[in-house]
Amino acid sequence: MTDERRDFRVVGRSERKVDGRALVTGKPIFVADLKLAGTLHVKILGSPHAHAHVLRVDTSGAEAVPGVACVLTRDNTPTTRHTTAGQGFPEPSPYDTRMFDDKVRFVGDRVAAVAADTEEAALAALREIRVDYEPLEPVLSIDDARRDGAPQIHDEADARGIYDASRNVVADIDIDVGDLEEGFAASDELVEVTCETQYAQHTPIETHVVYSYLDPDGRLVLRTSTQVPFHVRRIVATTLGIPIRRIRVIKPRVGGGFGAKQEVLLEDIAALVTWRTGRPAFLQLSRKEEFVAARTRHPMHIRVRLGAGRDGVLRAVEMEARSNTGAYGAHGLTVLSNAGSKTLPLYNKAQNARFYGQAVYTTLPVAGAYRGYGATQAYFPLETAMDELAERLGLDPIELRRRNHIRAGETSPIFVKLGEGREGVSQTLKSCELERCLEVGAQRIGWQEKRGRKRRDGSWVHGVGMTVMMQGSGIPQIDMAAATIKMNEDASFNLLIGATDIGTGSDTVLAQIAAEVLGVPLDRILVTSSDTDVTPFDVGAYASSTTYVSGKAVERAAERTRAQILDVAAAALAADVSELTLADGAVLGPNGTRISLSDVCLRAMYASDQFQIGAIASCVPSESPPPFLANFAEVAVDTETGRVRVVRYVAAVDCGTPINPRLAEGQMEGAIVNGIGYALTEEMLLSSQGRVRNPSWFDYKILGALDVPPIEVILVDSYEPTGPMGAKSIGEIGINGPIPTIANAIYDAVGVRLWRSPFTAERVLAAMRGRP
Amino acid sequence: MTITVTINGSLRTLTIDPGDRLLDVLRREGYMGVKVGCRTGDCGACAVLLDGRAVNSCLVFAAKADRADVVTIEGLERDGQLHPVQEAFLDEGAVQCGYCTPGMVISAVDLLSRTADPTEEEIREALSGNLCRCTGYVKQIQAVKRAAERMRRDPR
Repeated sequence: MTDERRDFRVVGRSERKVDGRALVTGKPIFVADLKLAGTLHVKILGSPHAHAHVLRVDTSGAEAVPGVACVLTRDNTPTTRHTTAGQGFPEPSPYDTRMFDDKVRFVGDRVAAVAADTEEAALAALREIRVDYEPLEPVLSIDDARRDGAPQIHDEADARGIYDASRNVVADIDIDVGDLEEGFAASDELVEVTCETQYAQHTPIETHVVYSYLDPDGRLVLRTSTQVPFHVRRIVATTLGIPIRRIRVIKPRVGGGFGAKQEVLLEDIAALVTWRTGRPAFLQLSRKEEFVAARTRHPMHIRVRLGAGRDGVLRAVEMEARSNTGAYGAHGLTVLSNAGSKTLPLYNKAQNARFYGQAVYTTLPVAGAYRGYGATQAYFPLETAMDELAERLGLDPIELRRRNHIRAGETSPIFVKLGEGREGVSQTLKSCELERCLEVGAQRIGWQEKRGRKRRDGSWVHGVGMTVMMQGSGIPQIDMAAATIKMNEDASFNLLIGATDIGTGSDTVLAQIAAEVLGVPLDRILVTSSDTDVTPFDVGAYASSTTYVSGKAVERAAERTRAQILDVAAAALAADVSELTLADGAVLGPNGTRISLSDVCLRAMYASDQFQIGAIASCVPSESPPPFLANFAEVAVDTETGRVRVVRYVAAVDCGTPINPRLAEGQMEGAIVNGIGYALTEEMLLSSQGRVRNPSWFDYKILGALDVPPIEVILVDSYEPTGPMGAKSIGEIGINGPIPTIANAIYDAVGVRLWRSPFTAERVLAAMRGRP
Repeated sequence: MTITVTINGSLRTLTIDPGDRLLDVLRREGYMGVKVGCRTGDCGACAVLLDGRAVNSCLVFAAKADRADVVTIEGLERDGQLHPVQEAFLDEGAVQCGYCTPGMVISAVDLLSRTADPTEEEIREALSGNLCRCTGYVKQIQAVKRAAERMRRDPR
């Protein structure tokens, strides 16, 4: 463990991304950019029904289409029940999915797949497949799923891990600390709110895509756009019954993930086509298919009740969540649990707390992992309720947070009671600069001057709102990352990491950590990441784990490598290791003696006591230090139309040491803009039959360059002693801010509270006119 | 049918179907920096310069490129030197996953070829046809400002 802040030479600098030049010059480094001759093009037939038995699939017409090599249906594919959720093994998500099932459970659910010489032939063949369906009653909302007599969506006998399939309940959680009712009884003020969040999608610019082929030894190679290469290998192996040793998964550059690619969505189909035909296979979702059949954020209804004394200290916090996991239960339990586990510890002054809820199936698009992972949904009611509570108590909202938020040296019993899909892990915070975040954020936005002023500008009224939040840095005692480093004779180092850069810059951040420890410039670290044949294991890019967990593994591997370098140098210089320092590409000994790193490596390779300088190291974190964030937004609301404009957004964040400040800011900025879209415009619209009505960017509005307000990210000085070089993770937290922060700012401007996102002009106008 | 088109400075004669989109023809010919995001003209990932102006190549028939000049992201480097927009994207941290980057850079190059000293609003307008899900546009806008400064100081 690093105990003190150091003067870093590579860490803490905004280095260019190590893969940046290839990206900015358009090199062929994404999955779709490289194809072998004879590649088959694969297309998937989706269900037109939200809920139906599949009685018969007649593929004879499709097989007769010239150029068709392979047609897959439930009649000729493995029936292994599995989960598509790329999580640690055994996955906390239910095994409720088959490659192709006897039943379809949402519009777009897989019915068949065709592989053909050309895309046109594959599409022509899809049209020739005849399917007899027996339509069943759809289940189109959380309430619909929970009512007595609701159709049972997962009635298959071989599913495993569903909490109560007969009642469409995927997962059920109920935890508490202290005595909730006593806490409320001891409270002077009570606030209760219920918020509803919408179906929303990640929409990475690159849709899900996979390319599969056999290597010269007949092993299956999957080049896939994934966040979880090792989970892909394991889940494909299990689903298809192919030994793990026969599969190699390579992740090239990935065109955005955000959680959508923490899912094994296509790899099984491409793999089976190649395994059956021996030919390379290419499968990419169209944008429309991505909207309809990829993954979404779990829509939730969450009720929060707060009780506080007149002193402004919370006595009780109750949170009840109902989550819609759609047709399959991927991430159903864990997203639900994180709605509580990533929010309630923030207000540890409340001695009494309860979190309970259920995730239910519906026959709607499938929810999954999405940046923020439940916390995004839960901070909406929690932070709007805090805003309301502050008003009732006559306190500034910042002051109410100050009296209740967790601090360094403190813990919360929730950390133990509620983990990710199971009990959690005890931890006492070693870093928390939320006070400082509040201070600098409030100053930057001009909180004192603007709050409650309702400045008018024609029909527009301005207001400001604020919120605070935490997330985590990986899943403690579950997530595992490993790194290998080996030294070359020009004092460069190969860094092999299972960690999965999906555009986040993790290859760069991890290389900076290695360079720092090894005393070399960044360009001496040669990164190879995410190849299951070559790199050591890593769970992948999710749960804000990479900088903290993978970073620690890299730091350890680099420290071991460094120790070997010093040993060799000590022998060469006839000195004791304690007399040596490693810096700037050389080891310095006593009396002005010196050996270059290159000579150290040459000595170890060719001269004396020969061995390969290098090491492998792993990290399983014992805790998950949260990053902290204070959000401030200024909005303007048009009182004539209800339109909301974000005027300015300030986010002050404590992520420990930012290994690469510019990349850290980029994580925040991107998350905030995604969050503002989620707050104001993004909503998947569903027909009365469960069909996605707006499966395009034309109809599903994500923000563009003209829509984005000035965003100011402030990285507050902080140091996490358990992290690599003092770092915590920062990938997710920013996306939680906009919904509640903008909601609170709207209230400050026009005095109405919004309980349903997104805050479209229609909803805001209706609220201002007193309609529900 | 056959078209004759200059791609990144090389005169090419290509056999195409009348219905082929410029996007697909360019990728078929190996210009993989031209990205597929939606095929409906919403995202700008496939943007290229057609006679100097940024277009979504998914919405342009390849036949329309007959006797035209096309520049893709691969054609911006000169003698191993990146275009100032590319340099600025790297320096400002404007690249995250990099999938929207080629189209975004092309749009910026188009803007700066017309406007040496663009306002922020003009930059936003120029990039408004290019969707990015990673960056929040903050650093991309900054990068275009920076590139404009460099190009004014040191015209290519």
